[in-house]
Amino acid sequence: MKKLKFSKQHVLFSVLFVSVMLLPFATDALLGRGWVRIVDFAMLYIMLALGLNIVVGYAGLLDLGYIAFFAVGAYCYALTGSPHLALAFPLLFPDGLHLSFWIVLPLAALLAGGFGALLGAPTLRLRGDYLAIVTLGFGEIIRIFMNNLNAPINLTNGPQGISRIDPVSVAGVALNTTQQVFGIELPSVHLYFYLFLSFTALVVFVSRRLEKSRIGRAWMAIREDEIAASAMGINTRNLKLLAFAMGAAFGGVSGTLFAGFQGFVSPESFSLMESVMVLCMVVLGGMGNIYGVILGGLLLALLPEVLRHSVVPLQQALFGRIVIDPESLRMLLFGTALIAVMLYRPAGLWPSGVRRRELESDEVAP
Amino acid sequence: MSEPLLALSGIGKQFGGLAALTDVSLHIRRGEIYGLIGPNGAGKTTLFNVVTGLYQPGCGEFHFDGRSYQTAKPHVLAQAGIARTFQNIRLFANLTALENVMAGRHVRTRAGVFGALFGLKSTRCEERDSTLRARELLRYVGIKKSSQTLAKHLSYGEQRRLEIARALASEPLLLALDEPAAGMNATETEDLKVLLQDIRANGITVMLIEHDVKLIMGLCDRVAVLDYGRKIAEGAPDEVRSNPAVIAAYLGSDDE
Repeated sequence: MKKLKFSKQHVLFSVLFVSVMLLPFATDALLGRGWVRIVDFAMLYIMLALGLNIVVGYAGLLDLGYIAFFAVGAYCYALTGSPHLALAFPLLFPDGLHLSFWIVLPLAALLAGGFGALLGAPTLRLRGDYLAIVTLGFGEIIRIFMNNLNAPINLTNGPQGISRIDPVSVAGVALNTTQQVFGIELPSVHLYFYLFLSFTALVVFVSRRLEKSRIGRAWMAIREDEIAASAMGINTRNLKLLAFAMGAAFGGVSGTLFAGFQGFVSPESFSLMESVMVLCMVVLGGMGNIYGVILGGLLLALLPEVLRHSVVPLQQALFGRIVIDPESLRMLLFGTALIAVMLYRPAGLWPSGVRRRELESDEVAP
Repeated sequence: MSEPLLALSGIGKQFGGLAALTDVSLHIRRGEIYGLIGPNGAGKTTLFNVVTGLYQPGCGEFHFDGRSYQTAKPHVLAQAGIARTFQNIRLFANLTALENVMAGRHVRTRAGVFGALFGLKSTRCEERDSTLRARELLRYVGIKKSSQTLAKHLSYGEQRRLEIARALASEPLLLALDEPAAGMNATETEDLKVLLQDIRANGITVMLIEHDVKLIMGLCDRVAVLDYGRKIAEGAPDEVRSNPAVIAAYLGSDDE
């Protein structure tokens, strides 16, 4: 009986793996290359949502400024992987500092994690709404800094942003070019897809391991009841800081990938709306459940694009002109979807109850 | 007589202008069951919260297991060996009974982020031990069958038992119970009494606040009575019951 279930899981996993591997080709063939790019961005959002899930879903700390860590990661690579530093320090870096992506990545994760702890430290006593307000402020501070740090030293190039960021290269192959592998043509967006896929897999792995560990249980204990948690000997201060730092590090990794992929960063990519979007992915998908969060991220990242590509032609066909701007329609649908989810599935589309059944079947087996 | 496990002397606690505790001193000996009674608002729970680190005492000395803890946080005292339950049950509602108990083992386990990420052998062993130990504790308090049920879905009596199992998971020297029999019927109270006696027989000192005088009298070795934040009596249950100050506190005295 057990063996059968095991092999069934294997089959399911293999099918899933193959379909994900073929996804860019299928998307390219069916919808066009632009859509592969959209899927790439969706992967970045999924990574962000999984990072925020640690803070909000596991430790129960409402963070409305999460995009700030994405910004920290993105600017890290934007500064160290582009000619921009030549503007700020012409003598020191005449051509800018072109560090390898793989050196910047861990540094950016560390720096973003540090910023996470920095945000966590003064907010340890805050909960719920109050914490949300402070984190919201923090997110805005970071964005405004990026916007204004073009004087006295032009560090971030202000609202114009930083461009000409080096592409990510893997084993000496720059991912912004088309490559031939075993006679199969892999365009840049496909290459980035596989890069992001491996990072997402890594993030999922880390999340899963943490979730089922002593640390994860302590986070959930804090989420459920902070006073009881501390009475059980859980050092709530350290663990909350750890949750902030871990979540932020994931955000930083995602940001670094974003900068390398996009080749351009500017402060407007890191607005409050983005923080809200990522939070919605977590809440809509199912707080605390990795697969729910992935689903939420995928849905919310793709929805605006689907609308953009369907609403305009549809309206033009029906009325001969555009009556409702797709952007405002997006917000309308978005709000409706959120209200519907909160009413009918308050724990999210795919809540972690699935895990309970998993545990129950474990119980019966031995 | 050996050194007491918990020694409080001259403990005072003020909330604004209100003196919740004034000059409270008490000693709890190793291996005894110590009851704390008093009318409503006498300061029992405040004293309890001071003992478990939730409140910092305004003044006074706090010694536990031979060491001084003046302004210790709850997690430090939990590490030192004080575990507690709450008057209004505070379980981790959305975790299973088993996970609740495993969370209680936090102070006696070591695994960190790296152990969890890389699945180190030590971490896996520790995790397996924790699971086994938690299952054992659930069986010990009599809710083994509910190990995979979410804490919030357990019955009231089971939740009370789970809180005790979670507290025991931290391998305490002193188990502090805040009204463990509140809301229980006679049979459940009797079961609880048997359980507490067994816990004591395993070498754990028990301190409890209780309103059920019958339970206190039948269970405790010594009882302290609080009234208006002061300790008015202490001793064996029989002595305390006949103490005029205690009778006055509970029933009111003639000269008031």
